[in-house]
Amino acid sequence: MSPFEYVRAEDVDGAVAMVSADPGASFLAGGTTHLDLLLKDAIITSDRLVDITRLPLRGITRVGDTLRIGAMTTMEQLAADSVVTERLPLVREALLLSASTQLRNMATIGGNLLQRTRCRYFRDRTVAACNKRLPGSGCAAVTYGARMHAILGASEHCIALHASDLCVALVALDARVHIEGAVRQYTIPLTELYVTPGDHPHIENVLDHGDLITRVELPLLPLGARSGYLKVRDRTSYEFALTSAAAALVMDGDTIASARLALGGVGTVPWRARDAEGVLTGAPATVETFRAAAEAAIQNPFTVRGTEFKVELAKRTIVRILETVSGVNP
Amino acid sequence: MTIQPGTSPELTSAGQPGVVDVEFDVNATACQLTLDSSVTLLDALREHLGLVGTKKGCDQGACGACTVHLDGKRVLSCLTLAAQCEGRKVTTIEGLARDGELHPMQAAFIRHDGFQCGYCTAGQIMSAVALLEEGRAGSDAEIREFMSGNLCRCGAYPNIVAAIREVAAARRA
Repeated sequence: MSPFEYVRAEDVDGAVAMVSADPGASFLAGGTTHLDLLLKDAIITSDRLVDITRLPLRGITRVGDTLRIGAMTTMEQLAADSVVTERLPLVREALLLSASTQLRNMATIGGNLLQRTRCRYFRDRTVAACNKRLPGSGCAAVTYGARMHAILGASEHCIALHASDLCVALVALDARVHIEGAVRQYTIPLTELYVTPGDHPHIENVLDHGDLITRVELPLLPLGARSGYLKVRDRTSYEFALTSAAAALVMDGDTIASARLALGGVGTVPWRARDAEGVLTGAPATVETFRAAAEAAIQNPFTVRGTEFKVELAKRTIVRILETVSGVNP
Repeated sequence: MTIQPGTSPELTSAGQPGVVDVEFDVNATACQLTLDSSVTLLDALREHLGLVGTKKGCDQGACGACTVHLDGKRVLSCLTLAAQCEGRKVTTIEGLARDGELHPMQAAFIRHDGFQCGYCTAGQIMSAVALLEEGRAGSDAEIREFMSGNLCRCGAYPNIVAAIREVAAARRA
């Protein structure tokens, strides 16, 4: 690791200006991904770390039926919020099933959105073939086998997973992110922040260098909506998802009036399952409906040796969360 | 400043790139350090302040052995830069005892044999003390879930849970 300069940012404009003006600079938030990749794995480099954790971007405010979440709010702070607890159980569950309490006390919401993949080939410098790390070098995960990898939005160029649990719940809810950059401020749907790898896996999002996510805007579910998050993994706690699903339903008797569904553990980006939502909306809440939705959600998966099991596991995860949330088989 | 391979330059003052002055409280004692910017809180505690009770396990945020309290919240010191602790209060395992008396959690770990090799113990105890403050020791299942960031490769988990359960019950009594 090369030496770097540490700078504590005092305001948002200054932080954005410092990083925008210096191609070698980067923001430092909770550090749970960034310091890991910089100090320990030596996968990324930075000649200047701009610490943004003391910027006034911490806290949650409710504006009408929208929560405004400051980007430096920690995962534990968001999970403890009373509105999240009452109105957005899927968000609270996704947070508390992530990482450990220590990491959730450190990791920020803005950082969670931009966390890097856990693909072990990406994080191992001795692996030569990684299109995300070395564009054009190939994909060792496709060649040598994989497990904790994506099957949707993936191709022979890259199957690196977006491993966030929180983002799965957020894309289900149509969360928006507010971004401040050197030349513009803008707000976009979270789903439009991410770029699927295509033939350019090193490009993961639409941000310009120096753009800073300052807040997440989260619409509340309607009163009476039911929601939840299910995470399936190799050990029962402190582990990344093999598959996961966030669901929110508004019921009208035994009929599904409206549905939101998103998937984790399977996508190169947090995966909204809109085709499945179309199957669910207006249909009776039955296991047959849920299975049809699951089939619609997992279309044209790209599997390699070691990830084939995720196709059926993801479908069963969808059926199970829908059973639980609808109350058909809680 | 030129850094020669294999040597560690003497750090005498800040204001040069890659060097920071940092002040923070450790176990209620004010500390002033001049450090390379890349020094983690874990290395500052162990290598610069001589507080070797906090252990370096994976050094990568996976095992919990390096758990300390930062402004009262449990965090991983291996993934925290010392520079980020400016003006903050750090508590380590050395700061738990009061007037020569072990913290009740330390005493309970001994009573219940909550360790074998002991390498994870400081992190386990720091996490367990925070767990009680968080109000998450209401059942064995809750203790297990919210202690899951602290690995014990000896497998002392049943005794660790027993120690925490006892201290939690005593606090409720």
